[in-house]
Amino acid sequence: MADYHKMWEGLGMDLATHDQLCAALPPAFEQVFLTQKDRPQGMDYFNMVIAEVHGLRIQELLEHKARGGKIIGSFCIYVPEEIVLALGGIMVGLCAGSEFWVPAGEQVLPRSLCPLIKAGIGAKVSRTCPYFQSVDLVVGENTCDGKKKAWEVLGDIAPTYVMDLPNTKSSAGFALFRRSMADLVAKLEEVTGNRLTFDGLLSAIETVDRKRAVLQRLYETRKAPKVPISGLDMLLASQVAFYDDADRFVSQATALAEECEERIKTGKAIFPGGTKRLLVTGTPIVVPNWKVHKIIETSGAVVVVEENCTGTRYFESRVDKSGASTVEELVDAISHRYFDRIHCACFTPNEGRADDVVRLASEYGADGVVGLNLSFCTTYQVENEKLRKRLQSEGIPFLALETDYASGDEGQLRTRIEAFVESLGR
Amino acid sequence: MKQSIGIDLGSMGIKAVLFDGSVRDRLMIPTGWNPRETGEQALREIYARNGIDPSDSPPVVLTGYGRNSLGKAGPSVTEITCHAAGSAFLFPGAGTVLDIGGQDSKAISLGREGTVNDFLMNDKCAAGTGRFLQVMAALLDMELDDFSRLPEDVPPQPISSMCTVFAESEVVSLLARGVDKHSLALGLLDSIAGRACAMLQKLGGSGPVAFTGGVSRSRNLVRLLEKRLGRPVVTSSDAPYAGAIGAALIAQKSGKSRS
Repeated sequence: MADYHKMWEGLGMDLATHDQLCAALPPAFEQVFLTQKDRPQGMDYFNMVIAEVHGLRIQELLEHKARGGKIIGSFCIYVPEEIVLALGGIMVGLCAGSEFWVPAGEQVLPRSLCPLIKAGIGAKVSRTCPYFQSVDLVVGENTCDGKKKAWEVLGDIAPTYVMDLPNTKSSAGFALFRRSMADLVAKLEEVTGNRLTFDGLLSAIETVDRKRAVLQRLYETRKAPKVPISGLDMLLASQVAFYDDADRFVSQATALAEECEERIKTGKAIFPGGTKRLLVTGTPIVVPNWKVHKIIETSGAVVVVEENCTGTRYFESRVDKSGASTVEELVDAISHRYFDRIHCACFTPNEGRADDVVRLASEYGADGVVGLNLSFCTTYQVENEKLRKRLQSEGIPFLALETDYASGDEGQLRTRIEAFVESLGR
Repeated sequence: MKQSIGIDLGSMGIKAVLFDGSVRDRLMIPTGWNPRETGEQALREIYARNGIDPSDSPPVVLTGYGRNSLGKAGPSVTEITCHAAGSAFLFPGAGTVLDIGGQDSKAISLGREGTVNDFLMNDKCAAGTGRFLQVMAALLDMELDDFSRLPEDVPPQPISSMCTVFAESEVVSLLARGVDKHSLALGLLDSIAGRACAMLQKLGGSGPVAFTGGVSRSRNLVRLLEKRLGRPVVTSSDAPYAGAIGAALIAQKSGKSRS
């Protein structure tokens, strides 16, 4: 990686602390990813993106800003990327996946909060995330209790806008969501200095839908009896989707999908016969959180699908823009795509998620389901009980795990996962 | 039945059994700081005591948290699978297993032929485990074995903290208030029973519960568990060896035949 210290200094970063992070990431990446056998060649691009995640990509964002474009940060897939793109902005998922940022987060937040929120806020507090330092606006959202209160804390140290979200999937809930979408459009128009146009929004919808389609195409290859790509590599590719330039991501992911499809044709297996296929469901898995996938895939199993915000919820549905002839109708269509089709535990009830898990388990031929939740994530933890009962009635084995970003519980997690895999039979 | 060996490398004790359809030999050694060395020692003793030539060893299966530290001796299987198999052998009528060991506790619902249907494990801390009792025993100036023969005519003193560190300060303040030591010891056991019950009830099931692991030696705890659960709790002197017995049973299915 080139020397980006000058760029980081210009962003007001804490260089000494950030250097520690930069030193820790490559060995961790190597140990998790490069020890895998028979990785698709198409993963080289994604390796490069991770190596340059705080370098080249930030440089591109700064160039975009120099041309007058805006950078919008987000922590949630209810924040519509289409609107940001249509207004000449770039949307990035913000840093929230490492234990590295948790202590700084705990300076301003209680310890008994989910590590994603603590790491996210900690990345800003410690000035060690160049994305956070580059954004013109962070769009927060009223999803879980932890996040909606954390925005109040973040608001003091970063430009923050909070999108209000309903609690129920009712018609009143949709009305609130649609109104929040209109408010967000107004806010983003103000920040970017641009106005939404029909053609601009249509083109942005098509760009984001192409990203969703290629992720879907990649996921489809995991349905094959001989899985052509590890869960870890697929996780990395979908994590990169939150940072990368959308068009470039689509072309690189298409090449990777073609390679995986070719592997299926030639019957190439990267896991031994008898490897158990697992569906992972629960809370988001953001960069560089690769902990549980790594343990699963070194315990006699492979992750074939993720039902979470960095998995199927991110890409499974498209915007139904048929019949829309005005900007307002396009925003209606976008609102329906997000509100109707993303099943987050912040909503009550949230039966759609259990239906999705059961359907995906069947589509992907999963032998079992792992409910993977971040510590202190109340909504998902409570929902686990209903999910357990539902899966029991469907005859699908279920293992509930709760963990954070620290490595201290890897031994216990491995024992649980190995035992679960053993119980699935040989 | 041919011979096989199971070794359970637990956090506090290493258990080894020689098995040929019934348990021919068993031993337990404190794990100490080096599970690999202690595990090797356990295996050597099993060989020596039974006149087995190490170069012609019966099949060995390893289990317990240190199961991967004795790589060459044999394949490893998790303690959950092994406790299920061992408990089904020791307690044929039980459909549920409660295992409380040195650093964790687990509840297992048994499937056919001692397989695992479902399981739950405690949180990642040592709350309500052998380690918890060890710390409390030191505080009360008692031996671990004393937790098996407490008088039953004293009321258990309710202890609200389950965390080992918090429970320690709670016990210290209760002692300062002059609470009877046996009452405190029973209270500690009853808090373990309460926690175990919550786990068993979450798992569901009915009928007898097989209680295994080192902590199962406490007769007082067995009675407290039965009272809370309303289900019979069965255990035996071989219950701490259930994991090792399960490993030996699994070893029967693999490896060369030997009479």
